[in-house]
Amino acid sequence: MLQETAFIKTRLQSGVLECALCGEVDHHSARALREKLDTELFMHRPRLFLLSLEHVSFMDSSGLGLILGRLNVARELACEMRLVHVGERIRTILSLAGANRLQGLIVEDEEEAV
Amino acid sequence: MRRAYVNTMKLVIPAISENERMARSIVCAMVSCLNPTMAELGDIRCALSEAVTNAIVHGYGSPEKPGEELLYIAVTLYADRSLKISVRDHGRGIADVEAAREPLFTTDHSGDRSGMGFSVMEAFCDRVEVSSEVGAGTKVTLYKTLS
Repeated sequence: MLQETAFIKTRLQSGVLECALCGEVDHHSARALREKLDTELFMHRPRLFLLSLEHVSFMDSSGLGLILGRLNVARELACEMRLVHVGERIRTILSLAGANRLQGLIVEDEEEAV
Repeated sequence: MRRAYVNTMKLVIPAISENERMARSIVCAMVSCLNPTMAELGDIRCALSEAVTNAIVHGYGSPEKPGEELLYIAVTLYADRSLKISVRDHGRGIADVEAAREPLFTTDHSGDRSGMGFSVMEAFCDRVEVSSEVGAGTKVTLYKTLS
């Protein structure tokens, strides 16, 4: 079995769940990341979910699917979701999915999100 | 007339998701010989990842014997700083290539497939060619000229 190439770091404070995606987010790693993120969301049911992409060294459209999928989960849980530290290439990929789906999703940093 | 090439490589690997990352690393190592910018290399890394993932997820899908299906990746670097990368599978093929290339099109609704693979390839390459035959497989060719 090859080593996991991506993982998450989690912090929970005052109903705000912060998850940092770390490593290479592709189709292979997205499956485990999805399970981990959903576990955190269902376990803590935060009012705000911050997903940080600061430590993502690679992401393709599988990461886009992962993000849009978590957006749906957050909506089910009546939880606001924001993306922080979104790099230029990831912005391009997100914009391909249509700006209207992502209105207000991307914010600059944690302070702006809270 | 065939253009002069400076280097060429063929890579045959099992069509398993663990190899998505390996394919990116190997192809980018070779493309690095042309001294691309970080942005150009990032574009190629991402576009290639989409092509390889499509072949694994949609070309072969859930095979009965994982690891026996193969991906064929060919990279050619030309003297004029252009490059060609093809990703071929012997999977199920695409019935309607034009529809498959549309944004948000996906046949896999079980997971979180965004349906944006071809859109990403087109955004990060100069040209994307797709040829496919149902039951025989698909070949995706990415073209890009470096600055």
